[in-house]
Parts: sequence; C-alpha cells; structure tokens
Amino acid sequence: MIDPVLLSVLRGRLEQVADEMDATLFKAAFNPIIAEAHDASHGFYNAKTGDTLVQGKFGLPVFVGAMAFAVRAVISYTAEHGLPEPGDVFLFNDPYDGGTHLNDFKLVQPVFNGDDIFCYMASVAHWHDVGGNVPGNYNPAATEIFQEGVLIPPVKLVRGGELQHDILNIVAANTRLPTSMHGDLNGQLAALRLGEERLNELISQYSAPVLLEVLVELRQRAAAQMQRHITKIPDGTYEAVDYLDNDGISAEKLIVKVSITVLGNTLSIDFTGTSAACSGPVNIARSTAEASIYVALKHIFTDVAANAGVLDPVTINIPADSLMDARSPRPVGGYTETILRVIDVIFVALSKAIPDMANGCAYGTINALSIAGHHTTEDGQQGSRWVMFSFFGGGHGGHPLGDGLSHGNAPISMATIPPVEILEARYPIRFTQWALRNGSGGPGKHRGGLGGLYEIEVMCDAKGFLFGERGKFAPPGVVNGEAGALNKFTFDGKKPDGTIETGQFSQTPEMVSKITGIELKKGQRVRLQTPGGGGYGKALERSATDVLTDVQNGFISTTAARESYGVVIGTNGKIDDSATSRLRSSRLQEAASHE
Amino acid sequence: MSKQTLIGIDVGGTFTDIFVINQQTGESSVHKVASTRGREADGFFTGIAAGVEDVSSIAAIIHGTTVGTNALLERKGASAGLITTEGFRDILQMRRRDRPTTWGLWGQYHPVIERAMSIEVAERTLADGTIHTQLDESAVRHAAQQLLAQGAESIAVVFINAHANNNNEKAVRKILQQLWPNQHISVSSELLPEIREFERASTTALNAYLQPVVGNYLTALDQRLKNEGFTGEFLIVQSNGGLMNSASAAQSPVKTALSGPAAGVYASAYLASQSGFDNVITCDMGGTSFDISVVADGEAALASQSSVDFGLVIRSPMIEITTIGAGGGSIAWIDPEGMLSIGPESAGSIPGPVCYQRGNDRPTVTDANVVLGRINSNSPIGGQLNKLDTEAAADSIRRHIAEPLNMDVMAAAEAIIDVANARMAGAIRLVSIERGHDPRKFAAMPFGGGGALHSCALVREIGLASALIPRYPGIVSALGCVIADMRQDFVRTYIEPLSTIDIDGLCTVIRDFGHQGAQQLNEAQAEFSSIENRVSLDMLYMGQTHTVDVSLTTDEVTSLCRDSLKAAFERRYLHTYGRLLENVEIGVINLRTAVIGKRPKFDLSTLAPDNIHTVDEAITGIRQVYFDGKSHNASIYDRLTLPVDAVVAGPCVLEQPDTTIWIEPGFSATVDALGNLIVAEVR
Repeated sequence: MIDPVLLSVLRGRLEQVADEMDATLFKAAFNPIIAEAHDASHGFYNAKTGDTLVQGKFGLPVFVGAMAFAVRAVISYTAEHGLPEPGDVFLFNDPYDGGTHLNDFKLVQPVFNGDDIFCYMASVAHWHDVGGNVPGNYNPAATEIFQEGVLIPPVKLVRGGELQHDILNIVAANTRLPTSMHGDLNGQLAALRLGEERLNELISQYSAPVLLEVLVELRQRAAAQMQRHITKIPDGTYEAVDYLDNDGISAEKLIVKVSITVLGNTLSIDFTGTSAACSGPVNIARSTAEASIYVALKHIFTDVAANAGVLDPVTINIPADSLMDARSPRPVGGYTETILRVIDVIFVALSKAIPDMANGCAYGTINALSIAGHHTTEDGQQGSRWVMFSFFGGGHGGHPLGDGLSHGNAPISMATIPPVEILEARYPIRFTQWALRNGSGGPGKHRGGLGGLYEIEVMCDAKGFLFGERGKFAPPGVVNGEAGALNKFTFDGKKPDGTIETGQFSQTPEMVSKITGIELKKGQRVRLQTPGGGGYGKALERSATDVLTDVQNGFISTTAARESYGVVIGTNGKIDDSATSRLRSSRLQEAASHE
Repeated sequence: MSKQTLIGIDVGGTFTDIFVINQQTGESSVHKVASTRGREADGFFTGIAAGVEDVSSIAAIIHGTTVGTNALLERKGASAGLITTEGFRDILQMRRRDRPTTWGLWGQYHPVIERAMSIEVAERTLADGTIHTQLDESAVRHAAQQLLAQGAESIAVVFINAHANNNNEKAVRKILQQLWPNQHISVSSELLPEIREFERASTTALNAYLQPVVGNYLTALDQRLKNEGFTGEFLIVQSNGGLMNSASAAQSPVKTALSGPAAGVYASAYLASQSGFDNVITCDMGGTSFDISVVADGEAALASQSSVDFGLVIRSPMIEITTIGAGGGSIAWIDPEGMLSIGPESAGSIPGPVCYQRGNDRPTVTDANVVLGRINSNSPIGGQLNKLDTEAAADSIRRHIAEPLNMDVMAAAEAIIDVANARMAGAIRLVSIERGHDPRKFAAMPFGGGGALHSCALVREIGLASALIPRYPGIVSALGCVIADMRQDFVRTYIEPLSTIDIDGLCTVIRDFGHQGAQQLNEAQAEFSSIENRVSLDMLYMGQTHTVDVSLTTDEVTSLCRDSLKAAFERRYLHTYGRLLENVEIGVINLRTAVIGKRPKFDLSTLAPDNIHTVDEAITGIRQVYFDGKSHNASIYDRLTLPVDAVVAGPCVLEQPDTTIWIEPGFSATVDALGNLIVAEVR
C-alpha cells in the first residue's frame, strides 16, 4: 500500500499544478469571460481512458465533468489517425464529443514519460466569439449548430512543438474578435507549458510509477467515499420531474425527468421520460449531461475529491436522441438552461431520500440579457456598435443550516456580475432598479434566497435580447418547502402616438423569457425579475421572529407572512402571538386532513 | 533635552509586544505582556508602563491594533444605517452576485447593515457626472431621523456614480453635520472616490460599522495618554503599512483592518533589505493560521482589496496577505477518505495544543513539534506556561493519527509536520506564481513565534535560495511600527482613452493630491526626513476589465505626456502578459497618488549581537530531535549569544525567548552583521 503521508503530499502537489494552470490563464486572458468570470478549467486525465485524475479548484464547475470527454475524443481520434507525439497539442470545440457549446475551445496535450504517454493535460476556455449569427453566440433562434458558430474537430494545433499557423488562421478567420482569440489561446498554451514543466518536475522527483499509483489511489478513495455516502441513503427509487418553458422556437414545454435508484452502495440515475431532442438551442450532448450529473452530486457530497471516482459507483441512463443526447446538427448554444434543470431534478429526487443533505433549487436560469445599439457620433451619425451582455443572478435554495443565499450565481458557474457603474460607464444605459426582488424566495422553514429586480432604461435607441428560462415553471422547494417566484421579463409599451409609457412595463414577450431583438426607443425601460430559490422545510415551522424580520426588511409582505407562514403581524408591527398560534394550528390540522 | 523615546506597540490577540528605542543613544528594549481581549486599552497601558517610566519622555507612540480586525471577525461593530440612491437600497445585499464556495450551495451572507436600516432618497448622478435628479434634501433629513429612531449609532452615505461627481454626497454630509449627534459619518466619495458601487458601498458600510468601536478606543487612549502627561505623536499603522494619526484612524477605521500584520510585513521588508535581501516571502505562523506576503525588490506587495468574510469587501490599498489554516494550533486529523489532513480547524491559543493541557485533546502541529523534540518542553516561548506536556501530546498523536494509519508515534508526528510543510509550501508557490514571480529567487522570512521551526523544510520543498530569520521574530510587528512611514492615499476615476484624456488636467490633479497629502502630513505633527509622492495609473486596453498598475517615476511625472504614458503602460503590460495588442486603444481608469512622509530611521545595528561570546559559549546542551525517520543528537544554542559571523551546522536547535529555530541536517545557519540568521542548504 502506498505511504499515506506521500499520498497527502502528492494530492496537494498535483491539485496545485492544476490550480497554477488556472491562475496562469486567468492572468493572461484578454476576454473578460475568462479573466473575470473564470469560464475555463484545467486538469489531468488518464492516458488510456481519459478519465479525470486531478482538476483545478478555480475553474468552472461544469467543465470538471465535461473535460474527460474532450480528452476521450482526442484519444479516439489519435487511435484512428496516428498516435500523438511529444510536443503535440490538439485543438477543438466539437460539443457533441467534447461537451458544452461551441465557444468552449479545448486544448489537449499528452505528457510523455520516455516513450509512453504518462497522462493528458487539458485546458478549456470560453472564447468571446466564434462566428455564427449572433455576436457572442447566444442565439435563441438557432435551429442548427451552423447558426451558432464555427465547429472545429480535433486537429493538431501544435505539431512537435511547432505552432501550425495555417490552422490558427482558419480559426482566426471565423471570429469577430481575432485579437481576443489570439490572447486567450496564448494564455491556454502558456498554462499547458507550465503544467508540463511542473509535471515533469514531479515525475523526476517521485518517478512515474509512484505518481500513477497515487493517482489510482486517489480515484479509489474518492469512489470509496462516494460509496460511503450512497450506503447511508435508504435503498429505494426516488423520482422528480421538471420542465423547460420552451425551446425558443415553439411554445411547447420540455420535460426533464429523473428516476434515481439506490441499492446498497450503488446509485443509478435514469432520465427515461425526458423529452426528445428539440428544434431550438436547449439540447445538450450526452457528455454535457454526464458533466451536469457530476456537478449535482458534487454540490451534495462536497467532501468527495474532484476526480472520476465520484461517478464510479453511479450508472447513468440517458435515452437516445433525447434532449440530453443531442447529435449533429442539433443546436446546443443554450446548454446552460438544460443542465441547470438536470441539476434541479437530481436535487429534488435526492431530497426525498436524504433531506438532511438537501437544499431547495436555485433560480435555475442563466438569463443572458443583451442590449445592443450603436453609439452616436458628435455630428449625429451612427457610430460604433455596442453590446452589453451579461448573465443575471437569482436566489439559491433554503437548506438545513439556513435561508438560501440571495442574488447568487448559477450552480454551474462561479462568475460574478459586472458593477452597475462599469456598465453605465461603458454603455448608454441607466439602471433605475438594482435590487432584491421582494417576495421571490420560496416559503419554507428556511426560505429560498431572493432573486434580483433589474430595471434598465436605454439612453438611445437599441435592441434587446434575452435567453432565459423558469418563466412558467418555478424553482421547486424541497422537504415540503415551496417554490420560488417565476422569472419575469417585461418592458415599456408605446402609446398609439409612439410615445413611451415609461416605467409601466406593460409588454411581455411571446416566448416568456426568450427574445430576439425587441426594438427599444430612447427612454424605454426593460425589467427583469429573476426567480428566488426554493424553500426548505415547512413554512409553518419557520420561526415567527424570522418571519417578522423578513417583514421588517420588506423581503415579504404582512399578507405573505399570514398566508404563507401563518404568522399574524399586528398593526403595531409586532407578532400577534395568540392569533399566530391559532392560525398555525388550524393550518396544520387542515394540512393533516389532506394527507 | 527633547523627547527621544520611540515606542512601537503591537496589540495582538494573545500578546502585546512593545519595542522601545532611544533615538539618541540607540538603546533599545523589547517587552511582552498579555493582551487584555475586550479591554485592549488596559493591555496597551501595561505595555507602555513596561517600556518606559515617564510617558512625558516619549516622542512618539506608534500603534498596530487588532481592535478593528476583531470587531469585524466577531461581528461586534456598531449599529449603522445607510442612505443611498433611489432604486439601490440593496446595494450591499446584491454584492457582485457570487457565492462563498465552488461546491455546495449552502452559502449565507450577513451584511453589516440590514435592509431595514437602509433608506433610499431621490437623487441620481449619471456615469459621466451629470446630475440627472437633484437631491431631495428633506428626504435626507427624514431618513437620518428615522435611522436615529431605529437605533443607528453611525451612518454611511453611498450614492451611485459618486466617484464621477460627489456634489450630492457632499450635500448630504452638510445636512448630517447639523443633525447627526456624533462624528460617526462615513461618506463613500470621501473614503473611496473610485468606480465600482458594491466595493465602495461595502468599504463605506464597514467603516461606519467600525467607527464607533475603533473611534472610541482611540479617543480613550488619546485622552488617557494626555492625562498621564504624554505630549508626543500618537500614530496608527494602516493596513498598507503606512501610518496615520489617531484622529484620521478614528475617522477611517476601515483602513486599519490589517494594522498589526501589515506592520510585521513592512518591518520584514525593511530588515531584509538592510541585510541585502530584496526578495523575500514573509511567513507569519500564528496559532490558527500561516500568513504569507511577497516582498519583491524591497517592496511589500499591496492588494487593492480584500474580504474579511464572504461579501465583506474592503477596497483600500493593503499589504497583500494570503492566509492558510496551518498554524501551530491547527488540528491534525484523518479525513473521510482516510488521509492525513491539517486544519482548517484549530485549537488556537485557547485551549491551545494538547501539550498546553488546557482542555484540547486533538493533536496539533505544535504537539508534533514538541514530540519530535524540536520545541523545548521545559521552556516554552512567550513565558505564559512553565512546561509543555510531551506525553499528553504523544498520546494524542498515537490515538488520533498513528493508530488509524498504522504508524509509530514518532513517524506520525513527523508526518503531521510533513503535511503541514507541504501545505505551506504549496501556498507559497501559488502566491508567487499568481504575482508572476519565480519562488526559487526568494528567501523565506519567518516572523512571529512558530515559523522558524519550518524554515528549512520550506527552503527544501520549494527550492528557495535561503531563509532569513530576523533577530527578534516575535516582535517584528512592534518593530515595524517604529520603522513605518506616514502615508496618505488618493484616487480619482477617469475611464477615458489615453488619446483624448486631458493631460494638463491630470497634472493638476497630481499636484493637488500632492498638496493635500503634504498638508495632512503637516497637520499630523509628526517628524519626517522627506516627503515622497508615488503616482500610478490603472490602465488597460479599452474593452478589457483587468487593469495593470502603471507606476510612474518622478521624471515621468514631471514631464508627463501622452507618449510617456503609452510607453510606461506598454512596458508594464509586456512585463505582465508577455505581449502587446495592436490597434487597440489604451485607456486610463484610475489615477492614484500615495503621499509618503518618510520617518527618520534608527540604526538597526544597535540591535546586533554584542560579540563578546564565542560560538561554543552559546551552546546550552544537547537534545534528541527526530527527523527523517530517526533520532539525531542536536546541539542546543542560545541564539542571542551567538556572535556575528558565527556558523552553526544542523542538526541543531537555536532557542531565544520569542521563537525556536530548527536547523535540519544538511543545513547551516550564519549570523549576519545585523544579527539576522541566514539559513541555507550546505552544498
């Protein structure tokens, strides 16, 4: 057996190399989606299977599971087209093989020890623009991947240490922002260089067989820890179903259904009953689906190391040609919405088995809102183009320790939102509300966190785009907690004479939270009210003092205190104890008679 | 005879350290007294009394304080209210839309000002500084009265885009000065006139939260000092290592959040450069944490902001300190995957390690050092305990680590140290990489009580050039108080392309900042050898979000022009990112000026050894020390007796009242001219 101290030391050293690779790219990247939002990831993968060995801590969570597929794609490509050689780096963005969407460019490099491949390193990062119909590639009306950008299969970008400029030129010719692309690619190559250097140091210090033994052991320990968790879950089958509003093309809802069977120390996750692949861009590839299962499990079982061992005791069934098994040329640009729903159904299903480890669902949509127009030059002519593009936040679910976080980021990401003042300085817009959305947290013993309320006024004519979800189906609560509020997008209408009814927000889009290009006149406002998180536990069990604090803070109304929580607050602003206990006990009786 | 005594006093969580020096004779002394948590002023005066008999002989007292830090960490600040722009009542709660941990969704955020204590008023400034909506003054009065009625002791004012035009905030201050019952008013554009509303709001709110606590503490000290006949300067260390007078500190307490540790890093940078080391990584190993800072080219790295807790952001230049949970009191345990781990749980200094016998029975890093013989169990440092219980420590390691891992006790104790060392080394590697440095060009510089036990291991693991152990590691922070310079920071936000920015305007602002700074320094009644202005610009390629910090030389400031700015930016950018961008416009985001009043330095050689003893005379005995799987006969030296140029070879232990130094086999230590110890591998 391997020396336990050496194991501890080497675990730290290996994770740290991946962390250093992350740090290198974040520093060097030109594009804020990488530099600020850290939409990138690095890790090491098994030389034969591509399985995740070690992953950096600072990258985007959803990449953690997806990158193994990217490495596997390269392994199978090389099996057919010639084995890799030292100094080779493969580049590609095919989402059907490598997961996620076209913006995520994967670089995969073998690390050699003598003549053998010791392991693969991979670097993935979200490039700013990769062609397609819409700048930035979030195209809610895409019906084929070709409308979403350029697709590159695995190719040798670097051959024996030599950068292949002809390949680079093809990629550069297919982006609106070649400078940004060059910068980001440069950062990824720098990260790989550093990773190779550090790994070689480790190999020479500890020898390849010792390192491999450590890597195998780390995976086995993660798997064993996962099994210990699973063993504590009562055997049985736990189900959950949730929906997507629509695919952006037709108004029909889409089903995401899971059935989780626990037997001893194994977990089987079955998505039978999930809708078939759709015309619009909310499909996900099988690799993306497995990556999102990984993310959901890691959010629940946080102490299991981030490697392939997490999924070792788990079997997965995804029906062929379903929403979760998209094949070319199905559009996948809006993959974020579907993986958020996959994570939600796993949370809800497992909450029925292990309520003490569960949390209510988070707001469940990325809400990619862009407002775009042209600057006006001093002589009144149309000037350069501007695009304000951002993801908006929402509430997290209530959990055993307390209320959900208000205005958090999506479970698949650690990205932050730019400051209002930066947005206002850059673009001709003005926020008239930047606030928590009252009443949006799902009621519960521990209520869901609040979503956001954003109102934006355009200060010159512009167009608005939105890619969102949860407009019809709210984020569910768990363990008898209730759902958070629905996502709601509205905007100012115009009177028949063309003047704007500023601040009335009378208009709603046809596809609920998906819009391509509404015309906005100067002075017109849009309002985005994002979902709160789902509640945890029975609302009637929430401490009356906490309910009062929520009322005093304005997070819920006096009416909601009475209706949702059974807490009566008198006109003096204090809890009416006797009325509250009467109301709560009659509600409890009522609930019991229903059961 | 004029007043000649300088006193540096660092009030930490456990000890209050005092460094006293007579500027004329060079005579110095160090003192350590117990801190009095909750009644910090008592410990302060006990410390002063230990250092001098007559307070009227003191020229200056320079104070590093943790009162602000502790109030933040323990959430014991004041009840504060917030007045903000209509539509932005939740400016704190909105944060930057983040969460505390990557994995797990159970994060919680507790703002220091609740929403019920936040009131909106009609007013609006646009990004370009235009006033879109005039301030509703009666709404401000009404809001202030309501907040007072709700129990607010202090008040924060944060308006959107106040960095671009502070007229509305200024108007609010005027109104508040008439009706607010105390001085506890924090206005965002005074504290931090810089773009980014959440960071500015958070900093202002935390200042308001601290003002009554720190303000009252400092005012009380000031008053009592005066009553006892003190007529010198009373200065406070800021988080950036510079000093300000106590009145400014009472007004801007948020700038003292890292006061104590900053003084230590600042002093280390100075001590190292005086010994010829310009690149060091300082390592402060305390009871619960291991704090690292990078000093490159003689300058301590500054961070532009830091978080005290999730969502409690302070944006103000401060010494960049990276903390990991690997202190002497950090607990060693077997994690769920069966692997040996250290921290983050800690026994701290109360109850402390098992060997303290004060109620903790889980093994710590210190326990491992005691069991291995590296710490002298009969003479613990700090002077609060008479003896350490080695057997209890060994028994705890046996039960919690050795038996589960099927190892013997000594091997398990060494494993604890190895894993702790690996964590420290990893953090140092990562911190230096993030800042673009090659750690192998740096020396480790431990200060505080515990770090010197691990110096050789860090040198070995990271491949550092050497370790530099200051003569008095335990009082480096107190020493830093005496060495530090006065400092005032100014910032203004521009967000303009370099091609169109008003260069003359920029020069005027730089001059104004210089004048304001000089005036504030003069008002501080402190003595300076010179005044220095440091000007820098935050610049970027337009469209990017990360700026680079472009420092300008004095020459570049006096002959400021577009071309020289462009050249300075490109030099800095190339250094940071390795390449330039073509055809992309360069932009200026912020102008920063630090006005530094250089304080007269005392001669460090007054701290050097007296050279009246030989190396052999410093030997106090021999002890068995366990290392690399076996026991070694290690000589024990009294470190302070060793003369200049003395060389001792490992294995050996060097003891002194405030620290213990472990020299591994294969290493040697040399005493330099100032009494510092240079530890390196024998090649």
